[in-house]
Formats: sequence, structure tokens, C-alpha cells
Amino acid sequence: MSSITAGSTGRARRRGERGVGSSILLHATLIAASLISIFPIVWLILTSLKPRDGWLSTELELFNQPSLDNYIRVLTETQFPTWLLNSVIAAGLTTVLGVFLASTTGYAISRFRFPGHRGVMWMLLITQMFPVAILIVPLYNLMAGLGLLNQIPGLVIAYMTVSVPFCAWMMKSYFDSIPREIDEAGMVDGLTPFGTFWRVILPLARPSLAVTAFYSFMTAWGEVAYASVFMSQEEKRTLGVGLQQFVGQHWSDWGLLTASAVLIAVPASIVFLLVQRHLVAGLTAGATKS
Amino acid sequence: MNGTTSDRAADATGVRGPGRREKAGPARRAMARHWYAWAMVVPVVLVTGLLIGWPLVRGVYLSLTDATEATMGRTIGVNVIPSTYEFVGLDNYVSILGSGLFWEKLVWTVIWTVVCVGLHYSLGLGLAMLLNRRVRFRSTYRLLLILPWAIPGFVAAFIWRYLYNSDYGVINAMLKAAGFGAVGWLDEPTTAKIAVIAVNVWMGVPFMMIAVLGGLQSIPGELYEAAEMDGATPWQRFRHITVPGLRTVSSTVVLLGTIWTFNMFPVIFLITRGGPGSSTEILVTYAYREAFTSIRNYSGSAAWGMIILLLLVVLALVYRRALRRQGEVW
Repeated sequence: MSSITAGSTGRARRRGERGVGSSILLHATLIAASLISIFPIVWLILTSLKPRDGWLSTELELFNQPSLDNYIRVLTETQFPTWLLNSVIAAGLTTVLGVFLASTTGYAISRFRFPGHRGVMWMLLITQMFPVAILIVPLYNLMAGLGLLNQIPGLVIAYMTVSVPFCAWMMKSYFDSIPREIDEAGMVDGLTPFGTFWRVILPLARPSLAVTAFYSFMTAWGEVAYASVFMSQEEKRTLGVGLQQFVGQHWSDWGLLTASAVLIAVPASIVFLLVQRHLVAGLTAGATKS
Repeated sequence: MNGTTSDRAADATGVRGPGRREKAGPARRAMARHWYAWAMVVPVVLVTGLLIGWPLVRGVYLSLTDATEATMGRTIGVNVIPSTYEFVGLDNYVSILGSGLFWEKLVWTVIWTVVCVGLHYSLGLGLAMLLNRRVRFRSTYRLLLILPWAIPGFVAAFIWRYLYNSDYGVINAMLKAAGFGAVGWLDEPTTAKIAVIAVNVWMGVPFMMIAVLGGLQSIPGELYEAAEMDGATPWQRFRHITVPGLRTVSSTVVLLGTIWTFNMFPVIFLITRGGPGSSTEILVTYAYREAFTSIRNYSGSAAWGMIILLLLVVLALVYRRALRRQGEVW
């Protein structure tokens, strides 16, 4: 897709060649924007590598006896590993269940016209608008009633209410872009509707599945509000809640915080960079096609 | 829901069609026809119904009572303490809408949303247009610009809180190095507001940029060539090709961005905790604080939540209508 557009804009470009001045301006703008974009992340990494009290510096210094001291402390002296494990489990479950539910729903509203079709579509749109504030109290009571407070499944369920509607919507857009003839061919070959979906359509929707998985994962991985309320026990905390302890109102240890922030952000960024190309296609497939 | 009855009717007539063999009633016929679709949707409907529908109904009910931590029923060990809160009608709403605090928060939330989404979109559009040109190191720039998106919200909030630190933050260190005085970024209402907006813009631009870039790439290059041949200026090309070509993408991402920003929780909650005072508190963080700090005011929080939700629903409807008038099919 990008190669085609690159070619055609290239042709247009030759007619109105860009001057040296505007070239410099273009690069200067992009470089400035890139610097702003990555500076906080670079600074985070640099700080995390400073010694224990290295952050207590009023000078601008890039390096100051680089060491892994902060990382060792985070991993051995704090509850970080527990929080990490909780976050991984919660986010993993949210992803698996979320992708499954979002894809079946997306497929159903993309392919079938059934009574209640419009209702489901509306529900998915409206639930996008729910602020945490309105659901959190009743959900808290509901979880308390079901004995799901301080339980990871409870948290997963809460996260799915956030991620599934959006993901189902994305999956629907993607399924819409797969020709119906493919479903029909599957049916002619004797597959059931579910068999068609599972064996034929889902494999074709892999890019969109990747995006959905990523979105579900990030929803759970970066969530703070529900986790702060539902997971009050020390050993049940997730990363977003736990990290707040490192920088309280009266006491802060930015060394610990920066090191754990790097540990959290690096894997997320790697996964992100792997799926980002699909991300664009997945997000805009529906929007640009209609 | 009009579709439901007409669909059923269509099915029913279908049954009485040429075959005439099937004696099944419309309900059973509909079941036979649609059960796959229903089976595939049912988990989501159940989950959302139970976990959004029920809490929503209960939230509405709570907002009409005087439930607080003190009056809410609870179980302590083996003792079950019954609820003592009462139905108070619209009292919560009246007192919220009658308080200066609400309007103050609303004004700030609207400013926050408009400024953030405005900057997200304009910066995103600008960068996307630069990246859509043939430029050396294009993919490197793209990668660097997209990176903030990969950082989880709470991590970003913590990073920035550190950068803003009055004594040890790098922003003040740079100001000092440049010969200026240090600024207490998060200590003054005005600078704190600028600070949280800056963080949100930093976090949100990549998404807009990528979405708009996708939209730009779907506009056929021939249109630009033809316009150029006809002697259209760059501004005219932007105005008459780029803007209409991006309309569907733009309208979707702007609405999504508005809803997300309006409800943005971690940035404000983790960076300023709403402070100093409550100057950076937006409606959502305020409602959260009502429910879960000091005396837990469940009913007040629920009423705040309902008001926020209503505001958003109205916004979405107005927005949709405005798009319709422009001939959008959305």
C-alpha cells in the first residue's frame, strides 16, 4: 500500500521539486518533533542507570557512574516481581478472552442480519463513552457481593468491559473488508457457519487479531483506576497501583520508579513496534473503506 | 429496534411461502435462522449486560439516594449491617448542578478536552503530512514519533512527574542552564494545567498522526496530480483534496479522541492528583475521588458519573447530527 502511494507522490514531486531551504525546514521540524517525542523516554532510561541517589541531582548530567543498582533493588527489595506477575496474568487473560469475544461478536455483526443486530451495534458504541466514575462504585459492590475483590478474575472481567466493545468494533470493520464470497465458498465446502468463521475467516483476519490482542493487552497493562480500588491487598496489586508506592506524597524514590518504569515500558514497546504496522491498517480499515 | 419486528415478519411470511411444509411458528423459525449469530453475540451481550447494564442501573439508583460509606450495608465478619440509605430523588443532582464547583470543573474539563484534542489533531495532521512526503529517513522519523504511544499511560505519567520535579527535574535543570529561574511546575494552578495538557498531548499525538497518515495514504495520488496540472495552489489542494479525503478518518478519530480525553484518568490522577487544590481535577477524577477518598460518598459519585455520561451522550448525538448534515454516512 505504502509503496504505491510513495510512487505516485514521487511522480508529483518531480514536477514541483523541493528546494534546499524547504528540505532543511522539513527535516528540522521532523527532528525537533522526534526529539520531543523520545526525550522523556531517553531521560527515563538514563536516570534509571544512575546510582541509588543519582536522581537527587540539580545538575544536567547524562551519565553519572552508570550502574544497574536500581534494577537490582527493584527486583530484589520490593514487591515489583509480584506486581509484575499479577499484571501479566491479568493482562494475559484479558487478551485471550477479549480477542475471542471480540472476534465472534465482530463476525456476527459483520455477517449476519439478525434481530437485535442494531441493538448490539449501539451497545458497543455507547459503552465506549462510559467514564470509569459511573461504573466503578456499582462494579465495586458487585465484585464485593460475588467475592471477586482482590481476585484477578474480577479485575479481568472489569477490563473486558472496557476492551471488548472497542475491539469488537475494530474486528467488525476488518471482517467487513473480507469478501463474503469467501464465507460462501466455505459453506459450499460443507463447513458450518462456525467452522467457516474458525477455519477460513479467522486466519484471514490475523492482522486485525494482532491489533485486537495488543489493544486488550495494553488496556489491562496500563489501567490504574479499577486496579487501585479492586486490588487493595498488598500482594494482589498490579504494576499501576504498586508503582505509586515508590513516589508518595512525602517520600519518593525515583531511582526505583525509573528502573521499574523501564522494565514495564521496554517489553510493551517491543511488542508495540512489532504490531504497529498492522495497527494502522486495523484502525483505519473500516474508516477509509466506507 | 424497528428492524426486529420487520425481520420477524419477513421470516414469518417466508415460512408461509411456496414450501408450506414447515409448520414452525415465527419464533422457532427465527431461532433456526439466527441461532448462530445469536450464539456468537451472546457472550458479549451477557458480559456487557451484566457488567455494564446492571451496574449502570444500580448507579442510576444510587445517584438518587444518599448512600455513603456510613449508610451502605456491609458485612464485617459474621455481622451483616443492613443499608440505611434512603431514596432522595434528584437531590444529588440539584446540589451538584447548584454548586460552583461543578461548573468550575466543567469549564476546565471542556478547556482540557478542546485544547488537548485540538493539539492532538493539528499536530497529528501536520506531522502526518510531513511524513506522507518523500523524505529521507521517513521510517526512522515515523518510528521515533510513534514511540510515546507504546508507553503505558501510568508509566508516562510517572516519567513526566519526574521531569516536572521542581528541584531535581530535568526541565528546570535545563531552564537553569539557560539562565532562567526554576518553575514550580506542579505547584501553581496555571503551570500545572499547562503541564498536564503537555503530557496528554505528548501521549496522544502519535495515535492521531498514524490514523491521519493512514487516511492520507488512501487518497489517490492522481487527484493531486490532476489538481496540480490545473494550476491549483498547495493551499487549494489541501483545502479541496486533503480535507475532504480525510473526512471519514478525521470524524472518527476526533470523536474517539474527545471521549478518551474527556475521561482521561491516569494523567491527572497520577501527575497532579488533581492539585494544587483541585485546580487540575477534571470531572472524572473528581467523581472518582468522591467515591474513594475520605468519607466515601457513593451516591454523589454516581450522580457525577451520570452527569458525565449524559454530557458525552449529548455530545456524540450532536456530533453525529452535524456529520449527517454534511452528508456523512456514519
